Amino acid sequence: MTELVLAPLGGGVLIGLAAAGLYFGAGRMAGISGILGDAFRLDPAVAGWRWAFLAGLLAGGALLLALLPGALPARIEGSPGLLVLAGLLVGVGSRMGGGCTSGHGVCGISHRSGSSLVATLTFMTAGAATVFVVQHLLGGGL
Amino acid sequence: MKAIHAPPIDSRAAGGWTALLRAAVPFAAGLVFALGLGLSGMTQPAKVIGFLDVAGAWDPSLAFVMGGAVGTYFLLLRLARWRGTSLPPDDTPAAPAAARGGALRDRRLVGGAALFGVGWGLAGLCPGPAVVATVTALPGALLFAAAMVAGMLAWRFAPLLWHRLRGAAGAPGPLAPASDAPQECGSR
Repeated sequence: MTELVLAPLGGGVLIGLAAAGLYFGAGRMAGISGILGDAFRLDPAVAGWRWAFLAGLLAGGALLLALLPGALPARIEGSPGLLVLAGLLVGVGSRMGGGCTSGHGVCGISHRSGSSLVATLTFMTAGAATVFVVQHLLGGGL
Repeated sequence: MKAIHAPPIDSRAAGGWTALLRAAVPFAAGLVFALGLGLSGMTQPAKVIGFLDVAGAWDPSLAFVMGGAVGTYFLLLRLARWRGTSLPPDDTPAAPAAARGGALRDRRLVGGAALFGVGWGLAGLCPGPAVVATVTALPGALLFAAAMVAGMLAWRFAPLLWHRLRGAAGAPGPLAPASDAPQECGSR
């Protein structure tokens, strides 16, 4: 029960609070692909708050490592080639589509954006289709 | 690409405490966001793949993550509107797609989301958890994050490169004029 419902629900509530806090407190959307992609701009007005958010993400990660190490992966499955391909697809796709799980899935849907709902349904379907091909047609090994 | 300009005078003069205070909200939001990702299980690629594996041993628990996150954010928005609070501009990431004529007709939104979904299904990592997972210093986590950032920068600079190449191959003269510059999306 805890692992299946309460932890995911509680974690989700924290994510919602963080995203809403960023919107109410700073007028920004907690879309992580946009924050990361635009952090490399030279204008400090564009990049500044993004680096603060990313530093917070890493500080939270360090806190998890200290307090709840089981929450972080002990190993990452997949060959280097597969991980590079997957990373490139996530990077290009999230910027091309204007957002990722956080920007479209959490912020966009909360703001009742129909386009974000379409994007979310699209990446969920594509993700499920990919897992189906890898796990059931290719036998899980890549 | 944008020209490099000096930071505005006021932010330079304010410096110190004001800048720190202005960074406090995004920093705290990032920290709580990462804790939420960790607690919810989103930072475990095996769990994400289990959630996407609807035809196998489906693990539905991650559906509660989005339920909790959207439920909380949506209710807080409703509460703020009900109380008549003045809200910041609604700058959702799909706004450019909506401006281009709606989601269903927008090939860039749907195509990008599909590519992102394939990458997500292959590795079980999306951008937030990928950033958080770099603290483990696992080679796989660092490799994925580096490739992801490279992909983001490639999407941003590819049109620029394309214009340069086309400009160089075409008639001599100035390269891409300012009005023909690649469109920057989703930035303020």
